[in-house]
Amino acid sequence: MTVVPHELVAGVLSETPDLSVSLMPLRGRFSLRLMPEGTDPAGEVLGFRLPTRIGARQAAGSREVVCLGPDEWLVVCDDADRAVIEQGVATLAASVPHALVDLSDRELTVMVSGSRATELLTLGWPRDPQSVAVGTARRTVFDGVTVVIWRDGETQWRLDVWRSFAPHVLDLLLTGCRELAAG
Amino acid sequence: MLLITCPYCQETLPEAEFVYAGEAHIARPEDPSQVSDEAWRDFLFIRTNPKGPHFERWRHLHGCGRFFNAVRDTVSDRFLTTYKAGEPKPDLATLTGEAK
Repeated sequence: MTVVPHELVAGVLSETPDLSVSLMPLRGRFSLRLMPEGTDPAGEVLGFRLPTRIGARQAAGSREVVCLGPDEWLVVCDDADRAVIEQGVATLAASVPHALVDLSDRELTVMVSGSRATELLTLGWPRDPQSVAVGTARRTVFDGVTVVIWRDGETQWRLDVWRSFAPHVLDLLLTGCRELAAG
Repeated sequence: MLLITCPYCQETLPEAEFVYAGEAHIARPEDPSQVSDEAWRDFLFIRTNPKGPHFERWRHLHGCGRFFNAVRDTVSDRFLTTYKAGEPKPDLATLTGEAK
């Protein structure tokens, strides 16, 4: 069971007509590392083709995967799905050298959406938001903290933040919300 | 801020996503116990520190996590090229346009 600081309860944290920041419920997460030869068998077990372009995503039902590096993927799933994925990928142990690590307790997800969402992210994000196409995701840096930023829509973003960095990132985002609201 | 092209991500990204990791193409001696103290000291500590194009390692820490090599001009801070780790040293004369 993930232990989160008591003030980090899933729900809406800030809401204005053009900007909303909310903490999402906890999800299952895995880091999957394997060599390129293993992508096909691993994809068969997981139910989708593993994308090989960095930043590309695939989804099947509630499962989602993003390619973070040449040999690294992040798999997100429902809590109940965790055991299924673990057992499924374990069947590859003999044939495909790999590492599957359960990261579920490590990260929280913040949803940022609304017409000013992209503007809010530029507060701590040095790269050009337009370089991340809709439907892709990137591991990148947000005010010094490593985050995975998912772009779900033109103005809808998700940030996966390490639990211990979450208070810092959320404070910054909420300060930004107040600044934007103040004009 | 410097803009650095990651050869693995194939994107040009802000310096804040990267960390510097020292001079590139320094091979560890195959059998350290056979190396003289002076040669071992040189391997550990002695670097070229050039004024001009410098072969160096960088890591895309907040990204794909990969180490790669770059050629950067230490005077102008301009990146001449970046290439994947393990690839041979690019020809400096071609990069600086002095090959003609």
